[in-house]
Amino acid sequence: MLAFIIRRLLQSVMVMLAVGFIAFSLFNFVGDPVSLMLPPEATQADREEVRKSLGLDKPFYVQFATFIGNAVQGNFGISLRLGRPVSQLLAERLPATLELAMTAAVFGLFMGIPLGVYTALKRDKWTSKVLLTGSLVGVSLPNFLIGIFLILIFAVWLGWLPSFGRGEVTQLGFWSTGFLTTDGLKAIILPAITLGFYPITLIMRLVRAEMLEVLRTDYIKFARARGLTNNAVHFGHALKNTLVPVITITGLQLGGIIAFAIITETVFQWPGMGLLFIQAVQFADIPVMAAYLCLIGFIFVAVNLIVDLLYFAVDPRLRVEQSGSGGH
Amino acid sequence: MDTIKRMLDSDLWYSFKRHPLVIVAAILSLILILGAALAPILAPHNPFDLKTLNLLDAFTPPAWTEAGKATFLLGTDDQGRDVLSTIMYGSRVSLLVGICAVALSMVIGITLGLISGYVGGAVDAFIMRVADIQLSFPAILIALLIDGVARVVFKDIHDQVAVYVLIFAIAASGWVQYARTVRGSTLVERNKEYVQAARVIGRKPLAIMFSHVLPNVMGPVLVLATLHVGAAIITEATLSFLGVGVPPTQPSLGTLIRIGNDFLFSGEWWITVFPGLMLVILVLSINIIGDWLRDALNPKLR
Repeated sequence: MLAFIIRRLLQSVMVMLAVGFIAFSLFNFVGDPVSLMLPPEATQADREEVRKSLGLDKPFYVQFATFIGNAVQGNFGISLRLGRPVSQLLAERLPATLELAMTAAVFGLFMGIPLGVYTALKRDKWTSKVLLTGSLVGVSLPNFLIGIFLILIFAVWLGWLPSFGRGEVTQLGFWSTGFLTTDGLKAIILPAITLGFYPITLIMRLVRAEMLEVLRTDYIKFARARGLTNNAVHFGHALKNTLVPVITITGLQLGGIIAFAIITETVFQWPGMGLLFIQAVQFADIPVMAAYLCLIGFIFVAVNLIVDLLYFAVDPRLRVEQSGSGGH
Repeated sequence: MDTIKRMLDSDLWYSFKRHPLVIVAAILSLILILGAALAPILAPHNPFDLKTLNLLDAFTPPAWTEAGKATFLLGTDDQGRDVLSTIMYGSRVSLLVGICAVALSMVIGITLGLISGYVGGAVDAFIMRVADIQLSFPAILIALLIDGVARVVFKDIHDQVAVYVLIFAIAASGWVQYARTVRGSTLVERNKEYVQAARVIGRKPLAIMFSHVLPNVMGPVLVLATLHVGAAIITEATLSFLGVGVPPTQPSLGTLIRIGNDFLFSGEWWITVFPGLMLVILVLSINIIGDWLRDALNPKLR
């Protein structure tokens, strides 16, 4: 157990270092920090001065270590486009993105699991077939198109819901939340459905496949033979055992949801990190790009790590097999 | 004649005939691809010929509505360009970028996969580690990042190289799947007798990899490629929609949707909805064919 955790931790640190290295290369080689910081009429002496103050005259590995040191403390320099510290910009935008991602994930779970169970139990009904075909179409639909169609129907034609922004937000310390006002709650519905669409279809198909698998096993037959009600068999025995892979996939999707929020945030002009990042790409704002990359990398690695450990805690079979063989 | 007869006798053709949905998808994709390829001949207007554009035609709704004109079947956009024609030209760009990106992705992935599987050892470990790391991030993020870097590197000439950058960005974000598949099959093939025989008669490792092993691992790769075309077209459309794809002078379906998105609220829905539908139909048909191909070529499912 301990060896597994240590190995997983080391692996995560390695991935983070790789991500950090890419961000560092972006920063130092692509961006040419010296000319970014100086006016065009600067002399050679000025350039040397700045080079020195940035530590660019030091050996490569020292520079990398300094970069990592700064990054760990959240210091990514100053945005070229907005002229403000990148860490401050990201911290302002983080609540918006996290609230959107969490709502989308909750949508995914609370829609995906019941739909998955339904399509598994009533597999021959026409509604199940419609749902399954619909989910296939949903996977082929680009995310931004779903958003546009939702805006067209619910904001433009019906006029029920707002189509851009977060609505009214309340400031709770450093955290700005849209959950406390009806305006804010209304504003999150369309973006969250758009972002949650893929997780819903994914979880639904996954739960269905797992349920069908579990329903064929012997212990379900025995449970039925014992005279348990259908509900007890389906939800007490079968569903419980399908949830392990669901936890994993949902967890792994969480990082993906935060990354895909870039698209949803652009469609709905949602003031989150994704919108900040896409503007950074358009304006070649290297510090913001590097910082966003590190942050997303960190979220991915952390989520992967937690899911792996959780998997380990939830599934006792893994603990037994772990004694000899490796990882998964 | 002989090859046609062989094709008609094959299992694949038999399976194709028994799947009406796949036949519809195949016909649809054929029409769409032909329409895109022959756009300069078939399109009712040339949306890039400024002389034929008339601003008075701007925002004409589709022909079947009251204010529509018969000459503009799907209406016109803000500059008076015929939406049907821009869609035909747009799918040309989308398909071109998608197919080129998949081809490049295959070349990178297959080469690295063959090397990884055939050479093994530290090379294999390194390539697979990189693949693992890349696989834990969504393709769109990697493509965005490459595009962002290219914007800095090619600051002044970015519009001219945008299409190539886009192809490279999508290709670089998709090679892992091919590398993994090819590596897996290569590990199996490597120890078979024909490879040993080739080695004994003194063929060079590169020759063995590409002329002996490669043909035997191509099956799953082709299925993967079909499904990848759909995904690549979506990635291209997404990047163009986000404003970091092809330049507006050379609009793809994604760019058209982005342009139309600005007019959603003023009621001109057709400018964005028709390119959107076109994108969905195109990707859906390709995906249906890919799904069928995967099942039809999988001997375990027969």
